[in-house]
Amino acid sequence: MELLSHLADGFATSLSPLNLFIVILGVTAGLFIGAMPGLGSVNGVAIVLPMTFIVPPSSAIILLCAIYYGAMYGGAISSILLGIPGASTAVATTFDGRPMAQQGKAGLALIVAAVASFVGGTISVVLFTLFAAPLADVALAFGPAEEFALVLLAFTTFVGLGGDDVLKTIIMICLGLALSTVGLDLISGQPRLIFFDQPGFYSGISFLVLAIGIYGIGEILYTIETSKSAPSVTPARITFRDLWFGIKEVNKLWKTLSFGSLMGFFVGMLPAAGATPAALMSYGLSKLMSKQPETFGKGNIEGVASPETANNAASTGSLLPMLTLGIPGSPTTALLLGGMVMWGLVPGPMLFIEQPDFVWGLISSLYTANFAAVLVNLALIPLFVWALRMPFTVLCSLVLVLCIVGGFAPSQKMHDVWLIVGFGVVGYLMRKADYPMAPLVLALVLGPLMEKSFRQTLISEQGNVLAFIERPLSATFIAISAVFFLLPLLKYVKKSKRAQDVPGEPAK
Amino acid sequence: MLMADRMIAAFLMALSLYFMWHAIALPIGWNGMTGGPGGGAFPFWLSAIMFVCAAGVLVRSLRGKSNYSGNFFDPETLSWIVSVTIALVLTIGAMPWVGTYIALPLFMFWYLKIFGKHGWVLTGSLCLCTPVFLFFFFEVTLKILLPKGLTEPFFIPLYARFF
Repeated sequence: MELLSHLADGFATSLSPLNLFIVILGVTAGLFIGAMPGLGSVNGVAIVLPMTFIVPPSSAIILLCAIYYGAMYGGAISSILLGIPGASTAVATTFDGRPMAQQGKAGLALIVAAVASFVGGTISVVLFTLFAAPLADVALAFGPAEEFALVLLAFTTFVGLGGDDVLKTIIMICLGLALSTVGLDLISGQPRLIFFDQPGFYSGISFLVLAIGIYGIGEILYTIETSKSAPSVTPARITFRDLWFGIKEVNKLWKTLSFGSLMGFFVGMLPAAGATPAALMSYGLSKLMSKQPETFGKGNIEGVASPETANNAASTGSLLPMLTLGIPGSPTTALLLGGMVMWGLVPGPMLFIEQPDFVWGLISSLYTANFAAVLVNLALIPLFVWALRMPFTVLCSLVLVLCIVGGFAPSQKMHDVWLIVGFGVVGYLMRKADYPMAPLVLALVLGPLMEKSFRQTLISEQGNVLAFIERPLSATFIAISAVFFLLPLLKYVKKSKRAQDVPGEPAK
Repeated sequence: MLMADRMIAAFLMALSLYFMWHAIALPIGWNGMTGGPGGGAFPFWLSAIMFVCAAGVLVRSLRGKSNYSGNFFDPETLSWIVSVTIALVLTIGAMPWVGTYIALPLFMFWYLKIFGKHGWVLTGSLCLCTPVFLFFFFEVTLKILLPKGLTEPFFIPLYARFF
């Protein structure tokens, strides 16, 4: 009952005219960003974040969450109409969405995607509401040792479950953590890693600079290269009969959808997994459970619905550890976390005690965002079809200009703008060489917390390293981290007996 | 592709050595007085792990165990990437000098008209509307002053009007 009263209070915040307007604005922007090939939720949040100073911090977070939500819906639009995933999270939607569009059922596919996203969003938001407060209560017992172990666990999920090259993943984690130490030493206050004696480095490297560089400039460079020829847009018309038929069809799929939502939610919580693998897994499972698996890939409605539910559920799932534990479940939530810290709303269990209005306002705004997204999505389909015809160079030039100005605005230093271009170009090259970007961004955001909790623990325990395994919770986290870390090693040994140079200890 | 993989790994090794060299300015070992590592330990040892892993990538590539083939760059698109990067660098270099409101429209003009080969109407309207939007959004609403350089005197009447 306490939960319901909290939620009711939250709705009082999120249904205020300003916040309601912000949610609608956010999901609309998110839908457009998600629909643009190449740009996804993480790019949208990185580019828009500097512009959110215009509203109060709590509304800014609601806006960014709404963009996140909208982008998850929007990804399906270009998957279906162009056959190119609007964001990596919508890759699985192309498998059956594109064939449906080619059979002239683009409108139906878009409706099914939107309704399935809505189902996934709703189930996961309910799960989120149920889990948030208990998880935050558990997290209240965390000391620095547990915090360190939890961050370590977040990083080792990338090594064990990330699916990228293990060595390159470890390099990116270490690079991000090393970059996070630039500036002043947390404990002694001495300057460290002041490259070329540039005064700009004294204040450290902001997560926003790295994010705008990689997800703004780097992404545009990457897209310039990959989108040589303009894709053809499939026309889509929506009629009320289609809408009714689509809803009825989705209704029949309740088993797939509830399963996809549950799985998406829990997979989304893992930092290394997130919406893309969740959608692919959901697609695979629904094909496995289907009575006609041979129709998948040829325009099966279920093949559009199941990945779309899962990726929306995963985006909500990734918000849960971010808000309750302060550990982001995806690169986008890492940016949200960085933004919240910047505004003085430090995520974690204390937020639930100190700022209940904000927390429950945000949770309830997820309900309104979900409603707004499905309505805006269905209403604006003709507009999206038109927007997808927009020449890519127009979008690129606007995004690049926003990256430059948005990079300058928060700190008002040209130093940061130069860093953004540097990160953008280097990030683009490294991405081409298969270096994963998500661990880098997560490491830069979590680096200060990791170092602080590690050193705090050791100082309070007079340098006793065993402190980390003497506490039951932190010992558990460290044990799971060790398993994740050894997982690829075991695979290696199994696969071949060749000696490989893998460091014996995880990043500390 | 193989060559690029090696070069990036070598670059990362050099970068981690550079980080380590910076980190040793602070104690990197155990600090007996307070308990726990010194201020340079975190960056130093993380860079050391990075060095070892990058060396691993390089060795793996040299032993021919990586499965890369083909060109790292597509010759056709490489010139696009290079020209966009140069344009960005020139624009940012010019910003403190000639001001945001000259540098950014010039960049957009280059991108839309010359690089994108769009018509005059589209190019002109975007080059005019974007700076106006930026001025009202960042300067008037958010009170964030963008660099003006030489053009500063022209903005004084506008400041007087809007602030």
